[in-house]
Amino acid sequence: MAQYMKTKLQYRTDLLIEWLSDFMAQAVNLVFLLVVFGHTPLLHGWTRDEILFIYGFFLVPYAVFGAFFNLWDFNERYIVQGEMDRVLTRPVHSLFQIILERMELESLLGAIPGLIIMAYASVRLSLTFHWYDFFIFILLVIGGAFIYAGIFISLATISFFADARTSIMPMMYNISSYGRYPIDIYHRVIRYILTWVLPFAFVGVYPASYFLNKQEWYDYAFMTPVVGALFFAIAIMLWNAGVRRYRGTGS
Amino acid sequence: MDKYVEMIRIRFLMMLAYRTNYYTGILIYAINIAAYYFLWAAIYGDKPSMQGMSLGQMTTYVAISWLSRAFYFNNIDREIAMEIRDGKVATELIRPYSYLGMKAVQGLGEGLFRLFFLSLPGLLVVSLFLPLQFPENAHTWLSFSLSLLLSFVIYSELNLLAGVVTFFTFRNEGLLRAKRFIIDLFSGLILPVSFYPDWAQRLMDYFPFQAISYIPSMIITESFQGADVRDGLIVQVAWCALLLLPIGLLWRMAKKRLVVQGG
Repeated sequence: MAQYMKTKLQYRTDLLIEWLSDFMAQAVNLVFLLVVFGHTPLLHGWTRDEILFIYGFFLVPYAVFGAFFNLWDFNERYIVQGEMDRVLTRPVHSLFQIILERMELESLLGAIPGLIIMAYASVRLSLTFHWYDFFIFILLVIGGAFIYAGIFISLATISFFADARTSIMPMMYNISSYGRYPIDIYHRVIRYILTWVLPFAFVGVYPASYFLNKQEWYDYAFMTPVVGALFFAIAIMLWNAGVRRYRGTGS
Repeated sequence: MDKYVEMIRIRFLMMLAYRTNYYTGILIYAINIAAYYFLWAAIYGDKPSMQGMSLGQMTTYVAISWLSRAFYFNNIDREIAMEIRDGKVATELIRPYSYLGMKAVQGLGEGLFRLFFLSLPGLLVVSLFLPLQFPENAHTWLSFSLSLLLSFVIYSELNLLAGVVTFFTFRNEGLLRAKRFIIDLFSGLILPVSFYPDWAQRLMDYFPFQAISYIPSMIITESFQGADVRDGLIVQVAWCALLLLPIGLLWRMAKKRLVVQGG
């Protein structure tokens, strides 16, 4: 761990720029929110501060996901460059190894703006919390991170089946941002997709509505860990199936 | 000239080899734009118009600006950065063409491919279920096509600029990413520039970003009329010309101090 910190701190400016640009990527949506609420007081009955709270909440599971499941360049690095062959010769589960290799703990810092935004919004909304809310928060964050991980691991496994560059990952990030808006503004098809197919709503609006005392979404809020476990399990199954089919690039 | 046309063709064919990707791409684009539509519908609530645009115009704006992005978008900044890091740029430089020019036409080949295989079918799919409003005026379409082409030029020039900066910094992954998000935000892709507060709008007038997405999308939705269209196009042409200066200057300096790392 100490060694890890040292290697990372070697390139301090790199780290800073990387962190800033990560945050900027997320800030695009924040700016969108702030600008839009400059023109309208309510979004389908939700106030600016409520939506800000959802946004802040989302940043926390997202940061956890970013720290442990850095699969951005999985195809490039492991399939095209053949690193996968090396991983597969070892006696530990291949996905577990890759996660350890690609871990970027500094991404956890991305949770700090999220916590600040949540604190700001909860003060403005005068939300009250119970002592057990802290543990529920941790549970929902882990659930959300697992949903993200499940979806992006499943996407990464496409590389095993089709030897094409996948350009869908960035677009997927974009879709994920729709889970941060009140789910009831969407048409039921999109609501269905965001709940059951690409369950990004479980990383944003559903769990956050628990803290916002939106009782009508409580059922969904508490399903977050279940959905997380389910999607993660599916992803592992797909991964194992993919590894069995894997033949290498022969380079 | 022939060799540049050939390069466009090769890039196009290269992309064609990966076309299965784009079927899923179209689907995801459609979901994206549909979700955006509902988001905007909720933002509008029962307001008939915001900043002079109706919900129909806004929907068209969003759809067109994302589909245009498929055309003007390219990764030549990253490609240049990578070729510098690998030292490939040395062999590229002795070839009988202008390196930057070649990169730009490669970007064009990619853009044309995505225009035909992603944007146009995507537009067709989206217009099936969203109330898009297309202008009937041929003049608007003509201005839009011209404007879109200029968007490509400006976007590519910014990419070349960012790529050439790599000659001086060697590692600029962070800078390239920051550039991309600044462009997404300030080009009018995420929301029309006219929605930003006044001070921000005035600030953005000094940057080329709104010439990338805001101007063409405003033209196609006919939110710009008459003189506005002309002024928009003039602004785009001006940026096209203006951006050539720093590129040329940095490129000349870069060639002088080129250090190829390793071999």
